[in-house]
Amino acid sequence: MPEDDDVRLATSADESPEAGTADSSADGPEDDAREDTGDASPRPVGRRRARQLLTAVLLGLLAFTVTVQLGQDEADSYQNLRSVELVELLKTLDATNGRLSDQIEDLTATRDDLRSSTNASETAQKEAQRRLDDLSILAGTVGATGPGVRLTLSDPGDTVGASLLLDTVQELRDAGAEAIVINGFARVVAQTWFADDPATGDVLVSGKQVEGPYVIEAIGDPATMAPAIDFRGGIADRVESRGGTLSVERVDSITITALADVVSPEYARNVS
Amino acid sequence: MIPILGLVAGVAVGLVLQPEVPIALQPYLPIAIVAALDAVVGALRALGERRFDDRVFVVSFVSNVLIAAFIVFLGDQLGVGSQLSTGVLVVLGIRIFANAAAIRRRVFHA
Repeated sequence: MPEDDDVRLATSADESPEAGTADSSADGPEDDAREDTGDASPRPVGRRRARQLLTAVLLGLLAFTVTVQLGQDEADSYQNLRSVELVELLKTLDATNGRLSDQIEDLTATRDDLRSSTNASETAQKEAQRRLDDLSILAGTVGATGPGVRLTLSDPGDTVGASLLLDTVQELRDAGAEAIVINGFARVVAQTWFADDPATGDVLVSGKQVEGPYVIEAIGDPATMAPAIDFRGGIADRVESRGGTLSVERVDSITITALADVVSPEYARNVS
Repeated sequence: MIPILGLVAGVAVGLVLQPEVPIALQPYLPIAIVAALDAVVGALRALGERRFDDRVFVVSFVSNVLIAAFIVFLGDQLGVGSQLSTGVLVVLGIRIFANAAAIRRRVFHA
């Protein structure tokens, strides 16, 4: 049966104007004759050579085109699709595009949220750090430096007691003193207490023994604090009336390194 | 001998240059290739039957390619490009198979 098929096909192929076969069968004998006598006359040889070259060029063109086309197919696989398939593909791409756009919006919103919250927490942290710095100075847990006044209170007769020292400190606080230290080692803060030591006649500042002459250094505005001590009927006059001397010195830069003892509150708790 | 050299040269040039097919030619190139293949297979058959003729090959090659491309072009203009392409491919495919069968019978006697 295949035999039959082949025969029929071959016959039909022979009948049709076959490429290079059926036509050539018509003038085949001529060609053969020419080929046989080709060596005798030079002109047919040249023509044959030219035709062979043309054949080679055509075959080269075919090979070139096939190579190019094969390379092309890898590049884009869409050119062979039908329009229906292309429309389907386009729909799918549209849907994907929309989904991805939504995703981009979501993620952008999330990113903005995170960025703003980061900013907010950074600001809060800076604010908290600033408050911490302020409160640390007021609580006496860190050293401090700045302009201020230095009071030297000499008291040869041991007549200056805790109350006068406390009044002096209060006067300085009134005038805006921000950090106060007595004799360089007793830092005065909100919790500091003053007491007379009956045994030695010295003054106890939060339990630390302070002897005269008392040197009180205060950081603050010198132009405000110096008059607050000096004014008539003020601390200076009171000291002198007890037989002591008080000198006020404005200083451009005082450095306080003494720290107050930190006491954690035992009973008080944060309200918030 | 020279035709085989041409074949090799064509493959080499195509591989080296790797050119882009112009958009305008893209629909016609595959059909033209199949048409040219038909001519080549026919020529091979004629070669086997010792009645190959350069002139016939060149003419059939060129005309096959041009006619195939023209038919596809016409189909595109009429809006039946893909159907007509398929038709041309079927016809060329039958011819290629027929020629291949003839060659096979001659070579293998089967």
